[in-house]
Amino acid sequence: MSEIIFRTEGITKVYDTGEVKVYALAGVDLELFKGELTVLLGPSGSGKSTLLNILGGLDHATEGRVWFDDTELTEMTDRGLTKYRRDHVGFVFQFYNLVPSLTARENVQLVTDVAPDPMPAEEALGLVGLGERMDHFPSEMSGGEQQRVAIARAIAKRPQILLCDEPTGALDSTTGVQVLEVLRDINERFGTTTVVITHNAEIQRMAHRVIFFQDGKISETRVNTERLAPSEIAW
Amino acid sequence: MQAIDRKLLRDFQRLWIQAIAIALVLACGVAILLTSVGMYVALSETRTAYYERNRFADVFSHTIRAPLSLVPEIAQIEGVTGVEPRISGHAILDIPGRTRTAVGRILSFPESSNPTLNVPLLIEGWFPDPTDTNEIMVNAPFAEANGFHPGDSFSANLSGQKRSLTIVGTAQSPEFIYTIGPGAMMPDNEAFGIIWMSERAAAAAFDMTGAFNEVALSLAVGTATEPVIDALDELLEPFGGLGAFDRTTHPTDAFLDAELNQLKGMAAILPPIFFAIAGFLVSMVMSRIIALERSEIGLLKAVGYTNTEICLHYLMLAGLIAVVGVLIGWVAGTLLARTLAWQYAQFFNFPYVIFHVSYWVYAAAGLAGLATTSLGAVQSALKAANLAPAVAMQPPAPPRFKRSVIDRAMTAMRLTQSTIMILRSVLRWPVRSLLTSLGLALAVAAVIASIFINDSLDEIVDLTFYQTNRQDAMLLFAEDVPETVLEDVRNLPGVMQVEGQQFHTAILRNGHRTKRVAIDSRRPGTDLSRVLDDQGEPIDVPPGGILLSRRLANHLGVKDGDQLETEFLSGRRETFELTVIGLVDQHLGLGAYVDLEYLNALFRQAPQISTVNVTLDDSQIDALHTAIKDIPSLTGIIEMNVNRRSFQDTIENNIVVMNTIYIAIAVMITVGVSYNAARIQLSERARELASLRILGFGRGDVSYILIGEMMLIALIAQPIGWLLGAWIARAMTNAFTSDLYAIPLVLKPAVFATGSLVVLGTAFVSVMIVRRRLDRLDLVSVMKTRE
Ligand SMILES: Nc1ncnc2c1ncn2[C@@H]1O[C@H](COP(=O)(O)OP(=O)(O)OP(=O)(O)O)[C@@H](O)[C@H]1O
Ligand SMILES: [Mg+2]
Repeated sequence: MSEIIFRTEGITKVYDTGEVKVYALAGVDLELFKGELTVLLGPSGSGKSTLLNILGGLDHATEGRVWFDDTELTEMTDRGLTKYRRDHVGFVFQFYNLVPSLTARENVQLVTDVAPDPMPAEEALGLVGLGERMDHFPSEMSGGEQQRVAIARAIAKRPQILLCDEPTGALDSTTGVQVLEVLRDINERFGTTTVVITHNAEIQRMAHRVIFFQDGKISETRVNTERLAPSEIAW
Repeated sequence: MQAIDRKLLRDFQRLWIQAIAIALVLACGVAILLTSVGMYVALSETRTAYYERNRFADVFSHTIRAPLSLVPEIAQIEGVTGVEPRISGHAILDIPGRTRTAVGRILSFPESSNPTLNVPLLIEGWFPDPTDTNEIMVNAPFAEANGFHPGDSFSANLSGQKRSLTIVGTAQSPEFIYTIGPGAMMPDNEAFGIIWMSERAAAAAFDMTGAFNEVALSLAVGTATEPVIDALDELLEPFGGLGAFDRTTHPTDAFLDAELNQLKGMAAILPPIFFAIAGFLVSMVMSRIIALERSEIGLLKAVGYTNTEICLHYLMLAGLIAVVGVLIGWVAGTLLARTLAWQYAQFFNFPYVIFHVSYWVYAAAGLAGLATTSLGAVQSALKAANLAPAVAMQPPAPPRFKRSVIDRAMTAMRLTQSTIMILRSVLRWPVRSLLTSLGLALAVAAVIASIFINDSLDEIVDLTFYQTNRQDAMLLFAEDVPETVLEDVRNLPGVMQVEGQQFHTAILRNGHRTKRVAIDSRRPGTDLSRVLDDQGEPIDVPPGGILLSRRLANHLGVKDGDQLETEFLSGRRETFELTVIGLVDQHLGLGAYVDLEYLNALFRQAPQISTVNVTLDDSQIDALHTAIKDIPSLTGIIEMNVNRRSFQDTIENNIVVMNTIYIAIAVMITVGVSYNAARIQLSERARELASLRILGFGRGDVSYILIGEMMLIALIAQPIGWLLGAWIARAMTNAFTSDLYAIPLVLKPAVFATGSLVVLGTAFVSVMIVRRRLDRLDLVSVMKTRE
């Protein structure tokens, strides 16, 4: 069995909206392994994004502890978390979140400018098959292309972990498959630990490990013995 | 270049009109700071250099007639390093081709041809030959105004003799930076000139052989002037000394000082206003940008940019605006300061200008601009830095509108939905709406505070020329003459009404408070030159005492009924205790009045006069001037309408320039504020307005919401602006009030209307420019973009 890269112990996340307290996470214990591609599944509002944000150092847990390798994220200051994100984590968001005033290449450079050991932006864009579209602005690209720029931006820093929140949520199935292929390719080529949130149950079939979420808790964890290629998945 | 810096430049490019609108406001502040400081330095350094190079004296005194043998004694006064006696007198000039008389102030030029103090600076030709009694040198502005060059000549009435004088040179002097003829209110270089002639000729003309009637002293560095003035007064006392004074009382220096003070005031008041407005605009625009770029900020944080980097990123956007503003301000300020410094040089007859604005002024202006914009941006930048990344990535919660009393009132008033939208938005951000209004109010105030002066000066002209000094001309005599002269004057061509008046230089004393004034005496019932009371009604000076203007009484610390020691410097130089028999409010001068008969009774003599006020038949003016040139006892004629015209011309020129500058400033502020406010409003409302369009609202309906909100804020600004403008106007009239005059505060409705019109008009044009974007509003893409 491979090494553990993430470990959490009873993390909860409570949103206090005045009248009611929302338990976005209600005690999550989980282990993620180096080099694996994990898919998080679960109904809307079950706490998937909240968990991913905490793992990625974007958000603080209300209670509980989180370790990345041997470092405890829950003990880190804001400054420490910023450095952690800068050095180790790549994010891909559902709505791409590209900076509209920057070209594809410049959006990637936004990350390579600050990462410690990045690959050239051109190389990252080449990896996602956008070598030809480097000087286009986001408004000149399709959703799938924009999402691939976002992936290029996430992988350009050679992150140890890649966190993707519904990367195919805004895409049709063909473009979605292209994006998933890129993700699997990266995972295999660089051994990048990858976590993908999705609503699409079919996607679980390409994962090493699948985690089911329900009401802020893990309801089931499953390990796939057999994985499908994205092109074999249809939805 | 880093990608994040590229984003900065592209953001700036996208916002450039807004950025320029702010930058221009900032540039105004920088330019005014540079100009006022630059001119202040230029004026004061030129003055210092000019004084030094041409050895402007430190102490001056006039006497009736003192022997030259007194000079060594004066030189003995402790601290005196140089003494320059001279002869001075006035003469009526007959200038070829000019029917009107001109007056010359004649000064003796030393035998040595080498004056040690108040050295004239030769502009053309050479100094007059000390042995030639017909050669003269004149001041350059007089020569220029009359088209004189060396070799030209004109005649002068010297002690009853008409003499032809030949100009051999023209010169300028630190003594005559600002030359005003006797009785005139404004410089008139055509009608008043300084004439240097050989000592011999001057002595002969004014019967001053072996004597002098003016003396100038230079003092060792660090010598206090007071003791020297006292010693000099004591020495000159037996010879009719008229009281020594130092540089600060010299008209030239006093005039320059007033100008310098105004520049100082300008530097202190205006730039901070501009900087504050620019800071406010930056904060308004930045808070909008932060709201729009929420998710981008979240992204930057997610990929590992630190809080400091994000904070700096947004501060730098404000910094770019500041840099543009400061650069424009530097260039405009340099050009303006240079141009105005040269105009100053001409106005003050400086032979040269020392113009340099030190780097620290540029640096200070730049830093001030940078600091205020940063201050405006810092709140937004910190907010950006402190956004929690997870929250920033989510769309912001829609703003919460609560139903309030006002909403119920609006519903009850059956306002249209569009109007309710306007009102609600103004009320939702009350601080922002109020600050926007305040910015526009400042623009209104700027217009009011500059153009109200027109009416105030009209009031002064009316009081001075149509109420107080109603004569067409004043004839000035060299010495007091019996009242029978009135008959002779009445017989001159063109003269209709005649009234006599007498002036005496005197020192008024109450304890340690003293003031040197010209006491004005006339008979009761005069119709031409009148004394007005608080209500503007003419009053007679009752016999038995002295009537004072309230400003003079305050200066002396006396009330109605007090005794006032009055030392006359003319005639037998007697001192009397006079009773203060009344006080009058006056705008101009330090008036002191005594009944003519009462005063001459004190002098134990028959009534005498020194001035005759006349009304004239315009058609015979030329004949009058010709006749006057041949009357030796006359030293001059002052035509009031010429006086009035030159007063009005001089002032009008200045006012047109000032009004233009201030209206331009108001327009600039209004554009800066209203363009930015409308752009922000449009950006916040784009979705809302697009939805309305989709629901079937027409362009007009949608435009109404945009224009309505801006104009509502502009309307709210009006009363604030009126109050602010009136307040500034009051402060200005108080600030301008000096020993010599008070500016009446006249605020006519038209002034307020003009201010409102300028600002409302400009705001409307600005919002109309923004409105054009509504036509280009892409309904589909606005609805599709996630905010
Ligand atoms: N800022 C917030 N304030 C209050 N409640 C929040 C906030 N963010 C999330 N929540 C609540 O926390 C719960 C979990 O949210 P989360 O975004 O993690 O769900 P999710 O599983 O990602 O759902 P989806 O699949 O719809 O994205 C939800 O009930 C949500 O309403
Ligand atoms: Mg989610």
